[in-house]
Amino acid sequence: MLLSVENLRVSYGEIKALHGISFQIDKGEIVCVIGANGAGKSTTLQAISRLIPVEPGSRMTYEGKSLLDYSADKVVSQLGISHVPEGRRLFGNLTVMENLRLATFARKDGADIERDVGRVFSIFPRLEERKTQKAGTLSGGEQQMLAVGRAFMSGRELMLLDEPSMGLAPLLMLSVFDALKEINDQEGTTILLVEQNARMALKFAQRGYVLESGSLVLEGDSEELLANPEVKKAYLGG
Amino acid sequence: MIFFQNLVNALQLGSFYALIALGYSMVYGVLMLFNFAHGDVFMVGAYIGFLVSTGLLTLANLGAVALPTWLILALTIILAMFLTSFVGMLVERVGYRPLRGAPRASAAISGLMIGIFLETFVLWLGGPKRRSFPALIESTTYELGGVIVTNKKIVIVLVSMLLMLALHLFVRRTKWGMAMRAMAYDYVVVPLMGVPLNTIAALTFGLGSALAAAAGVFFGIAYPVLDPYMGIRYGWKAFVAAILGGRGSVLGAALAGFMLGFIEIFVAWIFPSTWRDLIAYSIILLILTLRPHGFFGEPYSAQLRL
Ligand SMILES: Nc1ncnc2c1ncn2[C@@H]1O[C@H](COP(=O)(O)OP(=O)(O)OP(=O)(O)O)[C@@H](O)[C@H]1O
Ligand SMILES: [Mg+2]
Repeated sequence: MLLSVENLRVSYGEIKALHGISFQIDKGEIVCVIGANGAGKSTTLQAISRLIPVEPGSRMTYEGKSLLDYSADKVVSQLGISHVPEGRRLFGNLTVMENLRLATFARKDGADIERDVGRVFSIFPRLEERKTQKAGTLSGGEQQMLAVGRAFMSGRELMLLDEPSMGLAPLLMLSVFDALKEINDQEGTTILLVEQNARMALKFAQRGYVLESGSLVLEGDSEELLANPEVKKAYLGG
Repeated sequence: MIFFQNLVNALQLGSFYALIALGYSMVYGVLMLFNFAHGDVFMVGAYIGFLVSTGLLTLANLGAVALPTWLILALTIILAMFLTSFVGMLVERVGYRPLRGAPRASAAISGLMIGIFLETFVLWLGGPKRRSFPALIESTTYELGGVIVTNKKIVIVLVSMLLMLALHLFVRRTKWGMAMRAMAYDYVVVPLMGVPLNTIAALTFGLGSALAAAAGVFFGIAYPVLDPYMGIRYGWKAFVAAILGGRGSVLGAALAGFMLGFIEIFVAWIFPSTWRDLIAYSIILLILTLRPHGFFGEPYSAQLRL
């Protein structure tokens, strides 16, 4: 077991966003969490990244280490957990190359950094063509590629992806998911994906969880969930 | 000729404003915060320069160490910058970091109070007496086609420009500078790059304070009297230059600092000197009305939360 989340509770003031959810991920797996708007998907990823505080009693362990002992930047630099945030959040004032380089801020393995830049460019040749362009001027699809590439540069043990399909045309969406599959295959990167696009997510992932108003209500293999009548009705459009 | 004479004076005054303005501008850019204690950090830098240079001169006069004056000057600048950067980092740690999640107004008040603290601290330690800064540069005057230039002015303007160039390169070319620019755009997700926010915040304060200390030492060399309230007089004007330059822009703050020097000196040349600030700052106000975001300015993301 790579990541274990137990009884995770998060509140924003009075609003309770997560009511004690628990799940596990093994090394090398691709797992998705599906749910409607406001279900708490982004909150879950932000809690794992330590971007937001969690309620007492929540436990999150990664390779046996408690994530609560790490600050957000250390989760990335010491544990190799990267996070593609919702809405990509690229640094629009920096170039493509600078965005990739910044993600290696704490890395000391110079030669590997060069290799990884090469990997990103081989997966997304478009980015290499545009490496001196400001990230803010990229198209939506290119921005998503850069967001994935940047996360890969910062840490590739576990990647947390927040709606990578958002705003992408179907074909581009497929190519981003293909790239993620390639990273998972070749680098052994474990992937935790949250998506509103349940069909896409379940086709891509091996297992899935269904999050509803801050609680996990269903879990299972992707085929099971795709065939589940409740899931079909609520998330797959009948 | 009088024009060129004024130009030289404007360059020197502009150097002070520009060096101080950079500290305001960087902190505003990176942390979205007005550091109202910064003028007083400039004052503290001047006093630290005063202590360092007086100490070194005393050592040299005792014959304890052989220190040529140029070396004392160089050491004074370097040590004042180094030590004052810690004052700046302390200001961040004590005055701003605990308030990072608080409303902006609280941070502004905190800065003002730290400023008052620094003024009264220096007053308490050094007394209300004005201090004369030791002469670190033996004054030589050159006459170039009727324009009188002192070697002090040349050193001050040149070293100031070098420091600004160094800062520009640091911000553009190093990974720390890159992290600062990223924070200026969208600080919320910067930790996801493995970048420790607190380190970059401290670095930003440290760099700005070091430049303010250089301005303080140069001020001491040029005017040679220091008092605990000099930071307020010059700080506020440099703050204006920082806003005029555009949020977080090194080039903008430097240009606006020099421009402020020019406007003040040339207004005083044409009009009675008691009108100087009235007219000079009316001009600035007019420019700001036309360019409310200043000359340049780092772009930032509209999303300032997760
Ligand atoms: N900063 C915040 N302050 C207050 N409430 C918040 C904040 N962020 C999220 N919430 C609330 O917490 C709940 C879960 O939000 P979250 O962003 O995790 O949902 P989500 O599943 O990612 O939704 P979406 O699919 O729309 O991105 C929502 O009710 C939301 O309104
Ligand atoms: Mg979300």
